[in-house]
Amino acid sequence: MSLLEVESATVRFGGLTALREVSFAVEEGEIFAVVGPNGAGKSTLFNVISRFCEPASGDARFEGESLLRRSPSAIAGLGIARTFQNIELFDRTTVLQNLLIGRHTRRRASILPQIVFAPAVRREEVAHRSAVERVIDFLDLHPYRDHAVAGLPYGVRKVVEIGRALAMGPRLILLDEPASGLSVEEAGDMRFWIEDIRTQLGVTVLMVEHNMSLVSAVSDRVMVLADGRVIALGAPREVQSDARVVEAYLGADTAMP
Amino acid sequence: MRVHFNTTYDRDIRLFPDTRDAVRYGLLVAVAIALPFLLDDFLIGEATNVLIWAIAGMGLMLLTGHAGQPSLGHAAFLAAGCYAHAILMGRFGLPFAASFVLAGAVAGSVGVLVAIPALRLHGIYLAIATLALSILTEDIIVLAEPWTGGVAGMTAPDISILGMRIDRLGSPDSFYWLCLAVAVLVTLGYRNILRAPLGRALLAVRDSEVSARAMGVSPARTKTVAFGLSCMTTGWAGALMGHFFYTFNHEVFTLVISIQLLLMIVIGGLGSIHGAYYGAVVVAIVPQAINVARDGIAGLFGGGGVAIPGLEIGIFGLILIFFILFEPLGVHGRMVKWRIYFELFPFCRRDMFRRQKSYLRTERMR
Repeated sequence: MSLLEVESATVRFGGLTALREVSFAVEEGEIFAVVGPNGAGKSTLFNVISRFCEPASGDARFEGESLLRRSPSAIAGLGIARTFQNIELFDRTTVLQNLLIGRHTRRRASILPQIVFAPAVRREEVAHRSAVERVIDFLDLHPYRDHAVAGLPYGVRKVVEIGRALAMGPRLILLDEPASGLSVEEAGDMRFWIEDIRTQLGVTVLMVEHNMSLVSAVSDRVMVLADGRVIALGAPREVQSDARVVEAYLGADTAMP
Repeated sequence: MRVHFNTTYDRDIRLFPDTRDAVRYGLLVAVAIALPFLLDDFLIGEATNVLIWAIAGMGLMLLTGHAGQPSLGHAAFLAAGCYAHAILMGRFGLPFAASFVLAGAVAGSVGVLVAIPALRLHGIYLAIATLALSILTEDIIVLAEPWTGGVAGMTAPDISILGMRIDRLGSPDSFYWLCLAVAVLVTLGYRNILRAPLGRALLAVRDSEVSARAMGVSPARTKTVAFGLSCMTTGWAGALMGHFFYTFNHEVFTLVISIQLLLMIVIGGLGSIHGAYYGAVVVAIVPQAINVARDGIAGLFGGGGVAIPGLEIGIFGLILIFFILFEPLGVHGRMVKWRIYFELFPFCRRDMFRRQKSYLRTERMR
């Protein structure tokens, strides 16, 4: 059984069909990239998995269990973390607080013990904290630990968002354009982090990305979406030479012989 | 500037970052306890008023400052706490402590009931819905005459704790200590929430609901809890207010009180417990200052005590406008800036507190 299976998912926004019968499966321990021109439905696909939009038909299963029966805030509890294309951090708090919010699904204490801050709550907080510190170590976020997120450079905020997703201790992480807006050096760092997320933390990665050199460097399989349809799926090298992919990106007339 | 060398995570978790802070807040509480020996009865009455407003302010601060849900209807919860307490104590003869706790629970439950329809509303729409609640309160109190005494009003029953009689007029000092105890306990509880997962969930819902959901925080649940806790605290303030006014009727908990509460936390500084206290001081002092100034000015021109209708509201409005224009972070924000200025002196740069422009955010999915 695959870790994540999407089965003929169709999403419509009014008259626009954003996804048409999209099916694929992500295996455990894989780095799976989704690429495609703007408006191909990549973000919509992520939103189906994190339950932010309702598919008209089809199913998405995580470890064989349908996600569609869960509420959006219950998805994280299954072990699916995500980042956003345009960075959605909690701006008015520190990096540390942001990462600690990532631990929300792991909390145990109910409200009353929290109000009196019972010893159990304190122990739990220390445990969360040491988990978060491991993420800070992993992503080299030490210099920014107590900085307010709002004032941080774009590249750092991007990393903080990944850190927040990792703090959850997920089994699958959805990265929505992790390298967009990053400099060449930062994108290079991002490549190693994505690889380390898989090898060191053992987290399966599903990512949307436009930077093809990053995609071909890290991903095991690539799926190409165009106009809401899957037009190619396979190893990065095969996909890049696929005639339909070239057509989708460059147009039919310029297709290479 | 103090630099902390952390050796355990406990340092970040505990109530006070270092002994100096612990000593400062300890001294503050000690002074507050000693206050009745230093001031006369009139000023103790004013101090009690500040404490009650601060408790109500903390209630609203939790909802508006930390969970980001504006409410223009908190006078309704003051009323709920006040009347519930007076009825439980006066009609059913419950002892003070039991009745007080239950009054908070009643106000909190009303808050949760209000939260359920309010969950679908955001920002200005929520403000308008709660405004309607505030307007309804007066009518509900009049209509529920058999319970609330309607237009004629009610009288707060006498408090007796462990055989000790506490009466706002007869023994203002003990009533002050009672309010102080409640204020300190509420502050501690509030502080504990902020360092626990619940506090972080509130911040998450305030700053980005989309991302809160992706992190497993349920906005609906978090907002409901925030409404419940906020209204419970405000209800306690209402119960104390009943004792403070001694007699009260439908005209006490008006829309003006709701607005004054909101104004208070904005002036004090949204998103900080300090802000509730600073705001309460401003709200309690300004009317007195206006009285003194008005009498002084009237004296200059040889006139008697002239009443100028709407003067108080006007001046409050002016203060609010000035704060929003020049110090959106309120008194607390200003204090923090001053402290940083002196700690870094003379290295504080002019643009130090200017926020970097925020980047594009994902379109809200609501």
